[in-house]
Amino acid sequence: MAIRKIMCACGSGLGSSLIVHMNTEEVVKKLGHSEIEVDHTTISDINPTAADLFVVGADLGDFIANIPEDRKVVLSNILDKAELEEKLKAKLG
Amino acid sequence: MAVLDFIVNILSTPAILVGLLALVGLCLQHKPIEDVVKGTIKTIVGFLVLSAGASFLQTGSLLAFGELFNYAFNMQGVVPNNEAVVADALQNFGTSSAIIMALGMALNIVLARFSRMPYIFLTGHHTLYMACMIAVILGGAGHLEGVSLYIAGGCLLGLIMVLSPAYCQVTFRKVTGTDGVALGHFGGIGYWFAGVIGKLFANDPKRKSTEEINFPKRLVFLRDTTVSISITMMVFFLIVVGVAVAKGLLNIVPAGTDAAAAAELLAPYGLTVGNLGALLNIGTETKTNWIVWALTSGMSFAGGVYIILSGVRLIIGEIVPAFKGIADKLVPGAKPALDCPVAFTYAPNAVIIGFLSSFIGGIVGLLILNGINTAIPVALILPGVVPHFFCGATAGVFGNAEGGLKGCIAGSFAHGLLITFLPMICMPVFSALGYVGTTFSDADFSWMGIVFGNTVNFAQGGLLVAICVIVYLLPIIYNFVAPKKQA
Repeated sequence: MAIRKIMCACGSGLGSSLIVHMNTEEVVKKLGHSEIEVDHTTISDINPTAADLFVVGADLGDFIANIPEDRKVVLSNILDKAELEEKLKAKLG
Repeated sequence: MAVLDFIVNILSTPAILVGLLALVGLCLQHKPIEDVVKGTIKTIVGFLVLSAGASFLQTGSLLAFGELFNYAFNMQGVVPNNEAVVADALQNFGTSSAIIMALGMALNIVLARFSRMPYIFLTGHHTLYMACMIAVILGGAGHLEGVSLYIAGGCLLGLIMVLSPAYCQVTFRKVTGTDGVALGHFGGIGYWFAGVIGKLFANDPKRKSTEEINFPKRLVFLRDTTVSISITMMVFFLIVVGVAVAKGLLNIVPAGTDAAAAAELLAPYGLTVGNLGALLNIGTETKTNWIVWALTSGMSFAGGVYIILSGVRLIIGEIVPAFKGIADKLVPGAKPALDCPVAFTYAPNAVIIGFLSSFIGGIVGLLILNGINTAIPVALILPGVVPHFFCGATAGVFGNAEGGLKGCIAGSFAHGLLITFLPMICMPVFSALGYVGTTFSDADFSWMGIVFGNTVNFAQGGLLVAICVIVYLLPIIYNFVAPKKQA
């Protein structure tokens, strides 16, 4: 499935998800997929139709257990751009 | 004159002012025109959404809760919630808050460059909330206006934006294992305190990290703020309405009384038709059961916070990246100070244990306040799940980093007590300004509120501005005067 929209999420959808959003945007551009839309929100708003790929920190991994494995990126360190790049690369191909 | 009036009107409309702030930020980043238009409009809409959420929260549940609590317990009950108090304050101090926010971010960059606290505070919603609180205190209680308000407020905001990450960094660098990132969250003094308490257990021979034990993860669903606020507020409403009903609330107004007569009957109890009409079935065809009313009111509260958060997300979503872009250019070596969940991935068990322990601390604190209240009247600070979750969890991570599992439990328990007593001490400052029923929950807001809310009592006008500017300049002077540590 082509990924058109990536949604980053955290508890209140204000602080850390915005940081991950900025990092994701940077990485996605670097990987040559600048057409992909990136956004951030609260985990209350996560549902499978909201986006094609979800990015959260490991502390919320259990929270999005209902999202299939190939449509989520769970970061063990949400600030680590190298980890983000590696995991996004695997999903975006 | 017409043109001047028009310009003044634009600058005194907070929604448009924050939009302009985003516009400048986007232009400075040389964004394409469509991004500039999109970002500016989203920011303005965000502010309007926030205002809508604020009035829904007030009329939908918060005001009713305050009246009922007072009627049921003859005491002031306070639900600490940053969003609720900010949203209310923005109605009156929107323009000054927006300008203080912009100035505070600029002065943050100056401090990051010229003091020994090289932090860029990137948690935009807390910047906005703090700007708002400073505007209320200096403008409302301190009677500063115009340029002097903006300068004094900007200085205080710029200062706390580096000071808070600086005292957190003592422990936060042990959490992350690096000195390259910092924590930017205005619960800072509480985390520092949890770290200090946690350190008491640092030399425990049987020390164990929270991450070495097996801990049930099912409580993670409380991370969903809509769910956790709903649950706590439904419980609070059920208790308060239940006690009020037992005291005869439903018998004050006989059935079929019209609104004007009902208002007269309710007035002696401090109750109003506007807020309680639906509960008391005044002027309505249908009969609402009080339990149903309590449940929907509790969830209305969560709904109000949800709307406010959506508005805040739209506002800061454009401003923070611009701020970061500018700061990166001006202060290349600066450390980003980020929102508290960045700490959570380092110790997921400590997050849950910290929350529970802090929440228990909040309940114990409430019982102590209740005891104090029999001697001196104080506001009762109810333990809100959101501050205990976000701040308590972060306190747990800090406690764990300093003193393992025991440090985590003790540190976050102490934090729970702290965020009960600090708002209580801070409450008179806000009550005097007309904010009842809610206050800031996180620790830095409280201590800033206590310190500067009381400063305005003995320093006004020029002296107050001077104090704010001097405390801002101190870290810069220190940097140039004090001997540097040998690296």
